[in-house]
Amino acid sequence: MGLELYLDLLSQPCRAIYIFAKKNGIPFEMRTVELLKGQHLSDAFAQVNPLKMVPALKDGDFTLTESVAILLYLTRKYQVPDHWYPQDLQARARVDEYLAWQHVTLRRNCLRALWHKVMFPVFLGEPVSPEVQAATLAELDVTLQILEDKFLQNKAFLAGPHISLADLVAITELMHPVGAGCQIFEGRPKLAAWRQRVEAAVGAVLFQEAHEVILKAKDTVSLADPSVKQKLMPRVLAMIR
Amino acid sequence: MGLELYLDLLSQPCRAVYIFAKKNRIPFELRTVDLLKGQHFSDAFAQVNPLRKVPALKDGDFTLAESVAILLYLSRKYETPDHWYPQDLQARACVDEYLAWQHTALRSACTRAMWQKMMFPVYLGVLVPPETLASTLAELDKCLQLLEDKFLKDKDFLAGPHISVADLVAITELMHPVSAGCPVFKNRPKLAAWRQRVEAAIGEDLFQEAHKTILKAKDLPPADPAVKERLKPLVQVLLH
Repeated sequence: MGLELYLDLLSQPCRAIYIFAKKNGIPFEMRTVELLKGQHLSDAFAQVNPLKMVPALKDGDFTLTESVAILLYLTRKYQVPDHWYPQDLQARARVDEYLAWQHVTLRRNCLRALWHKVMFPVFLGEPVSPEVQAATLAELDVTLQILEDKFLQNKAFLAGPHISLADLVAITELMHPVGAGCQIFEGRPKLAAWRQRVEAAVGAVLFQEAHEVILKAKDTVSLADPSVKQKLMPRVLAMIR
Repeated sequence: MGLELYLDLLSQPCRAVYIFAKKNRIPFELRTVDLLKGQHFSDAFAQVNPLRKVPALKDGDFTLAESVAILLYLSRKYETPDHWYPQDLQARACVDEYLAWQHTALRSACTRAMWQKMMFPVYLGVLVPPETLASTLAELDKCLQLLEDKFLKDKDFLAGPHISVADLVAITELMHPVSAGCPVFKNRPKLAAWRQRVEAAIGEDLFQEAHKTILKAKDLPPADPAVKERLKPLVQVLLH
């Protein structure tokens, strides 16, 4: 059995890995794990990842979790073009810096935006007050400002003149609130221009393919049945804290 | 001006960077940024790190934030021994996996445990509801279990037979609740044995030196009103 990637394209980090693997022609078996059906909680999947989270990678006997670790593993094993994770000491440090920063900032706020705006009310049937939604979107706004001011600045891409892992991780995060109907690029021409460049570098077809699920989410997600809701609720609450 | 490291040894990630640099004899100027005095909010420090956080690195004109990025930069620039960040594909992936996981798991639990158990009541005179503390300690416990079961397993160190940056980052996190009196290693012989190995690999003197500040934190006199006021936003964030 060759490389297997356990993904649900509903999830931001899964999208980054999907795009990276496809863009670089990395051969893999796609193992879809449907989060909204609770498939990540199955015993079978626990064999792959006892933490019951996607994305996960299986390469022969070797299993790996954490999207950043998976992206770096694929980068090294398949010797992808340098710009994804540049050899240059300082450029590479810039990528590492972004990949470290985003965990508790952009990732968290993009996740909360989707869940507060769409998933809690529509999928879990739990209304979210306008004040909570507003607070979440305000926090997202602060992180978007940091993304522009500290990370992007006047560069074409986050770590320099070429697309890197940092841009992939960032853009897939930002598509979460976009999928929730948030106009995050409005009033942010610099960020909007960066988005166009990233989409062009990834390729429009691949980008659309990776984002089909999230972009349909608010129109296709429906109320979960009570047993699924019960299973998912505690983990959801922990995830978006 | 050579390498400058902006650190406060009160902070877990700063300790990891400090130990790594010292252990590998990387020459640097220590620039202490006293968090409790709010020095990270100064305009001067914002030039180094606009995110106003420690640790931060300045190497000539190049500035860098985020402890994981700093550790990897130092390991590459100063060509530290392989075991810190092994070339082997799978071993390196294990280190990366730990370094990614810990941001939202152990780091978070250790920070809140220390502040809720010690800094809030002792230093800030803030009452922490018992349920909140209990819930935080339960979460810490879950993280410790994962650390043992998923990361350490039956290995000597987190990524294999030798110490790596993953162990450094983990041990400096665990010293946070230890300093607050949490029995982190009690009834966890596997983790306690790993701790001994990590301390031995680092060296007793350096380990003690790096942890002097945090281990004395419980003896801090209560903060003055100005400090309490300034740390109010932090209280909001850490009290849940």
